[in-house]
Amino acid sequence: MQETETVGTALGSVADADPRVPRSRTAVARKAGRAIGRLAGIIPFGAYVTLGLVIPMIAVGYGAFRDPNTNRLTLGNVNIATHGVYLTGFKESIILSVLASIIPGIFGLLIAYAIFTAKRASLLRQVVITASGVFANFGGVPLAFLFIASFGSTGLATTWLNDLGFNIYDAGFNLYTLSGVVLVYMYFQIPLMVLVILPALEGLRPAWREAAENLGARSWQYWRYVGGPVLLPSFLGCVLLLFGSALSAYATAEALTSGTIPLTSIQIGSFLNGNVQAGQGNVGMALGLGMVVIIAIVMVLYVLLQRRAAKWLR
Amino acid sequence: MATLTRARDNSKRRPLAVWRWVILLVAAVYFLLPLYAALRFAGLHAFGTVFVQPGFWPSLWLSARLAAMTVLITLALMVPTAVYVHLRLPALRRLLEGITILPIVIPPVVLIIGVLQVAPGVLKASPWLLGLAYVILALPFAYRAIDAGLRALDLKTLTEAAGSLGAGWVTTLWRVLLPNLRTALLSATVLTVALVLGEFTMASLDLFVTFPVWIVQTDQLNAQVSEAASIFALFVTWLFLMLITLIGTRQSRRTGGGQVTLFTVTRTETRGN
Repeated sequence: MQETETVGTALGSVADADPRVPRSRTAVARKAGRAIGRLAGIIPFGAYVTLGLVIPMIAVGYGAFRDPNTNRLTLGNVNIATHGVYLTGFKESIILSVLASIIPGIFGLLIAYAIFTAKRASLLRQVVITASGVFANFGGVPLAFLFIASFGSTGLATTWLNDLGFNIYDAGFNLYTLSGVVLVYMYFQIPLMVLVILPALEGLRPAWREAAENLGARSWQYWRYVGGPVLLPSFLGCVLLLFGSALSAYATAEALTSGTIPLTSIQIGSFLNGNVQAGQGNVGMALGLGMVVIIAIVMVLYVLLQRRAAKWLR
Repeated sequence: MATLTRARDNSKRRPLAVWRWVILLVAAVYFLLPLYAALRFAGLHAFGTVFVQPGFWPSLWLSARLAAMTVLITLALMVPTAVYVHLRLPALRRLLEGITILPIVIPPVVLIIGVLQVAPGVLKASPWLLGLAYVILALPFAYRAIDAGLRALDLKTLTEAAGSLGAGWVTTLWRVLLPNLRTALLSATVLTVALVLGEFTMASLDLFVTFPVWIVQTDQLNAQVSEAASIFALFVTWLFLMLITLIGTRQSRRTGGGQVTLFTVTRTETRGN
């Protein structure tokens, strides 16, 4: 770091000594040199992300437009990926992700607020936050099993509720359809929400609430005119994040539905597992590209919302 | 001042207290009931037989090595980057936050296709490719934990003090910042380990039998044992995280620094409010 600084100034002083270079340009050059020198510190990170994230994504995008047999560019894969069962897959995935982001988003916000208002260093707070860190990474067959044992047709909770005279399966619930998958996804989506929304809650200054109260505001008025508007962009941003997380979930969906609901991530997985017709090898990549496009739209919205949130928070 | 505010809050927010407990109770039922149901199904005796199952130790050993590798690379990559950005390029903090959140939303199933496409053959045949990919998956959690730790420190004063005493960049990082970031680093470590011990998608598609893959394979033979193993892993990870934050809290109280709770930080400063 020290070195890059000196390099920057060295370049600047060389330019200074040259009388033919106008003064303003020297300053610009020096500034640019310094900025580039500063960026050197994040080269390792940038390189890793490029190799591990950007290039693989480009490879998927390229593969989506390539015919695996002739190696020529083609729209065939994309054409297949946006019709028939695959189109249904995208639709179902989006419906599932919308439900599995908004509902856990609201619950997660409430839980986060409940522990946020609890005493700062309280045990409760620590338990909830650490448990969130662990549960947010829980998924797949073990998670599916937890819910089969509790909310399956002969599960513990189902039996209990049935004894109380309420049969959830008669009421339209089914663990292996959309309603069930949303219920299961909440198990890792709510903790994720708690983790990502807490920093935003920390940004709500107690002084604002005190100021509102001093001006005679009631609790709902504070939330309607101060807390709510400040928090809304962060909340929506976090819900978008949850949307992406639900969309990309694979292991849990596969363990639970095993194909009863057509979901894009499972369809991609089946291409990787080799359960496909000959000549369609690259349709999986076209599906992947489709998901990346959806994610990209979501992330653009996320960044815009975060920028808005940054106006008030921190 | 703070205690005064809190006392007043408590008297004013009586209905909130009830509301808070209702929410937490519903959450507790939702999260604990399925665990209890699974525990009842697995039975306590299943826990004893987990460790003698064929394939248990090899898969756990593979996952442990992958976890160690992922943690080392992640910390070596992210700690200097995060410190550097905090000190020198604060304008890029938001960008870094945006980039490191990406792995949550980019489907691992898509990422592994791309990785398998571009990875050289030597890597493809080895489980280390998984470790390298896991570093990407670990970024969101690891970065947030480290970032919270850094925000709790007065980074500028610490580095300037170290610099004025003649410490170079490496010495400052190693002997001043790392000890202060202990809690954050431990949190990042445990969260990364939790991720590696739970990651199924990439491992199964890359055809390596890691611990989560073994759990799924065993599930077809002996569901009780497989459930016992996964609940056990869940509980142990949580216990470690809990211990770390408790120790971290006690330490930060002693040193008077900000309190770190995994991702968020409670600053003691009052100015700027």
